[in-house]
Amino acid sequence: MNQTINSAMTTEPMISLSGVEKWYGAFKALDNINMSVAKGEKIVLCGPSGSGKSTLIRCINHLEAYQKGDIHVGGIMLGHGSKTIDAVRREVGMVFQQFNLFPHLTVLQNCMLAPMKALGLDKAQTEDRARQLLERVKISEQADKYPAQLSGGQQQRVAIARALCMRPKAMLFDEPTSALDPEMVKEVLDTMISLAEEGMTMICVTHEMGFARQVADRVIFMASGAIVEEAPPAEFFSNPQHERTRKFLGEILGRH
Amino acid sequence: MEREELLFLLAGLKWTVALSVVAFICGSIAGLIVALARTSGILIVERLTAGYIAVFQGTPLLMQLFVVYYGLALIGIQMDAWAAVSVGLTLHASAFLGEIWRGSIEAVPRGQTEAAKALSLGYVSRMKDVVLPQAIRISLPATIGFLVQLIKGTSLASIVGFTELTRAGNIISNQIFQPLTVFGVVGALYFLMCCPLTIYGAHLERKFLTASR
Repeated sequence: MNQTINSAMTTEPMISLSGVEKWYGAFKALDNINMSVAKGEKIVLCGPSGSGKSTLIRCINHLEAYQKGDIHVGGIMLGHGSKTIDAVRREVGMVFQQFNLFPHLTVLQNCMLAPMKALGLDKAQTEDRARQLLERVKISEQADKYPAQLSGGQQQRVAIARALCMRPKAMLFDEPTSALDPEMVKEVLDTMISLAEEGMTMICVTHEMGFARQVADRVIFMASGAIVEEAPPAEFFSNPQHERTRKFLGEILGRH
Repeated sequence: MEREELLFLLAGLKWTVALSVVAFICGSIAGLIVALARTSGILIVERLTAGYIAVFQGTPLLMQLFVVYYGLALIGIQMDAWAAVSVGLTLHASAFLGEIWRGSIEAVPRGQTEAAKALSLGYVSRMKDVVLPQAIRISLPATIGFLVQLIKGTSLASIVGFTELTRAGNIISNQIFQPLTVFGVVGALYFLMCCPLTIYGAHLERKFLTASR
C-alpha cells in the first residue's frame, strides 16, 4: 500500500485541503481552497447555487478530479491512483441529494453490499452491523423492503445507514434534505444531529440554517468557487464580515 | 407429407435451435465484453469497439457469413459449415447485443455509479452488483427482440450449405413438390420458437416493473 501515513502527528486534521483548484475547461470551479477539519468537527458549507460547494466535497472522495493542490483524509494523501482513492473512500461516507440507493436491492442488501465487497467482511457479521445501524436510524422494520417502497425521508435515512455500515471516520453530506418534501426534512436532520452528537466528523452542504446554528462548529461560506468567509455559527449569522455573505444570508433567511 | 419427411424437418429444427443457442450464448459473452469496452472510458478502446459495431451493423448478415465461410478459407483457415456459421452468427450477435447493452448501461443513472464509488466498490463489483443488474432490466425488450431476429437469421446458414430448418425444408420441397405445405410447416416451426419467447419477454418485463415499484 502506498499510503502516506503520518502516525506521529496525532493532532493532524481529519480532512485537509491545501491550494485545491479545479477547472471545467476554462471555467474555474474551485479557486485555491484551503481548509482543515479536525477530528469530530462539524462543518456546514453554504453558498449560492454554483458556488462550488458540492464540487468541493465531491473532490474529498475523488468523485471529481481536481487539477491542483493536495487533499489529505485520515492521514492518507488522496492521489490520483486507484489505491489511495479507494483507501480514502473506505474512510469517508457520503450521502447524496438524490439518495442514490440501489433500487434492485432491499434496504438490508443496500447496507450489506459494500462492507462485504469492499471490506471483505463475512455475511453474518455484516448483517448484524447493518441491522444495528438500521435500528439506529429508526428504520429496522423496513429492512426487507425495496427503496421504491419507502418515503424520501426513509430512503435518505437508509442512505445514511448504508454509509455508516462502512464505519467511516468522516461523513460528507451533499444537500441531504434538498430533494425531500418539507415534512420529511426533520427526520433526516434529527438523524444527522444524533450522528453529530456522537462525535462524527461531518462536512454538510446544506441550506438548513437551523441545523447549522445547532450543530456546526464552523460555517463556511463559498461564492464563485472560493471560500469567502468562515466563522462559528453565532458569529457567522450575527456579524457576517463580507457583503456577499450578508446578501446571501438576507436572501436565505428572509425566506423563512 | 410423410412421417419420414417431417422427421427430416425436425432434424433441421434441431440444428436451428443448436445454432441459435450457441450464437446467443457466445454472442452474449462477446457482447458483454463489447458493451464494457464501449463504456470503459478509455478513448481508443471505445473508438475501436464503435468501429467493430459499425461494421457488423452496416453490412448484411449474409455477407458476414460469406466472409467467414469463404473468405477465411481463402487465407487458409478451413472450417466446416457448422463452425463457420456459428462464428459468423456469434460475431454478428456480439456487435448487436454489445450496442444494446451499451445503451442500457448508459441509461442507468450516474448517481448509481457515484454511490458505488463513494462506498469504495471497485470496477468489477460496481458493474456486477450495481450497474449490470439494472441495465439488464432496461435492455430486456431489445435483447429479446434481437434474440428472435437471431433465430430467424440462422436461416441464412442454409445458403452456405448448412442443413438447418430452412435448408431441410428446401430439400423436402424439392423431393415431394409441395412447397406450400412444406414451407407452411417450416414457418409454423419458426413461429413456435419465436412467439413464446416474445411472450416470455413481455412477462419478464411486467415482473421487473412490479418488482421495482
